[in-house]
Amino acid sequence: MNIAHPSQRAALKAVNWNRIQDDKDLEVWNRLTSNFWLPEKVPLSNDIASWATLRPAERQLTIRVFTGLTLLDTIQSAVGAPALMPDAETPHEEAVLANIAFMEAVHARSYSSIFSTLCLTAEVDEAFRWSEENPHLQQKARLILDEYQATSDPLRRKVASVFLESFLFYSGFYLPMWWSSRARLTNTADLIRLIIRDEAVHGYYIGYKYQKAVERLPEEKRKELKDFAFALLFDLYEIEALYAAELYDEVGLTEDVKAFLHYNANKALMNLGYEALFPATATNVNPAILASLSPGADENHDFFSGSGSSYVIGKAVATEDEDWEF
Amino acid sequence: MEGLVYFSSATGNTRRFVERLGERRARPALRILGGPLSATAPFVLICPSYGDGEGRGSVPKPVIRFLNDPANRALLRGVIGAGNRNFGHLFAHAGGVVAEKCGVPLLYRFELAGTGTDIDRVDKGLEEFWTRLRERA
Ligand SMILES: Cc1cc2nc3c(=O)[nH]c(=O)nc-3n(C[C@H](O)[C@H](O)[C@H](O)COP(=O)(O)O)c2cc1C
Ligand SMILES: [Fe+2]
Ligand SMILES: [Fe+2]
Repeated sequence: MNIAHPSQRAALKAVNWNRIQDDKDLEVWNRLTSNFWLPEKVPLSNDIASWATLRPAERQLTIRVFTGLTLLDTIQSAVGAPALMPDAETPHEEAVLANIAFMEAVHARSYSSIFSTLCLTAEVDEAFRWSEENPHLQQKARLILDEYQATSDPLRRKVASVFLESFLFYSGFYLPMWWSSRARLTNTADLIRLIIRDEAVHGYYIGYKYQKAVERLPEEKRKELKDFAFALLFDLYEIEALYAAELYDEVGLTEDVKAFLHYNANKALMNLGYEALFPATATNVNPAILASLSPGADENHDFFSGSGSSYVIGKAVATEDEDWEF
Repeated sequence: MEGLVYFSSATGNTRRFVERLGERRARPALRILGGPLSATAPFVLICPSYGDGEGRGSVPKPVIRFLNDPANRALLRGVIGAGNRNFGHLFAHAGGVVAEKCGVPLLYRFELAGTGTDIDRVDKGLEEFWTRLRERA
């Protein structure tokens, strides 16, 4: 809703969900609202025993990683999603962005639920201090916030937002997926998977609105935006590599984390409609991490990847959908 | 040469995958848009997932309408599922649903618009798949 020129007395328009200009708005609204969850839904206290088995350095790493994620969710909730609202092309898009802003607040809040369930107050306070003082974390947050400033181009804001949603979180998401692959902190991983699913829809939707706007631009402007996007990704990547090394060197996982970063950078670019950047040799994500991301999804081995010995017919899937006629 | 039929929504991930694959293939792929569409030769379907949190409604409606036509179904030989691993156990769920419902193999799954590796595997995989089916016939 544009309220910039109240003196012109343009009629203020109420959102009408029975007149949809863009079907994606409704589709994504439906998915996001049906995805709604709260941290109370996940039995985090079942991880207390598992938490006790972690070494002190592993605990510190985990808490720090989660404060880093909290910072990104805080930014996206308080600044990122609201900053996209004035650029919305439909009133329904504003409503979707309001949903995104709120869910980011739920994400940020859920890390504190993990902390209060598993950690000592002093450890957590230390990690929050660390997050305020860590130069790499602060730097990546700054780069994104600079683009969110009102003076920035609306499409540059969308690029920055997609990179936050689809790339910057993953140096952090790696760790709970890793723990879960070793049967540690599995309830915490269940909660993180809910966040990961939400972020996929956020990155998808903002990327979609970006692609749609870019299509209408002249070739020259399109090229300029693409150059901007790749340059920003490189800048962010450089910081991410340092951030990852600082956190993960001690546990010897930095290279594994980087492969995961490359893989997610490619996915972020695809959400913007661009081709992947990192080659296959750089995106060899640890299969345990992939399995942890989508548990059970690999039971039906598909044929072309050579993981199965014969063609397999899909099994045990819900097909209750009234539109099927057979 | 046998066919490829696909669905892709306004985000165009599957379309971009098929276009890149198409640079290597002689026959153009057929896109399901929503209106009536009839396949004329045996084909493999490429289908993204759009479900809710429980996996309901994963197969896009235009794909269901296309498959509700028994003539199209009779020519379906296999499915490739598209999606995003961020959807957890429902990754590329629609591919599995179609495979089960139509009794055809799930040949492959990829994420978003696919990587170079995905294109290579599908290109080679399809070649071998059709050869095998022809030998069996
Ligand atoms: C509302 C919504 C629901 C989705 N559900 C799933 C899902 O259940 N499983 C999955 O693997 N991907 C899911 N996706 C991701 C899409 O399948 C993926 O982005 C795909 O590349 C879209 O293809 P298209 O751009 O050709 O339409 C979903 C995306 C949206 C927007
Ligand atoms: Fe979030
Ligand atoms: Fe998000």
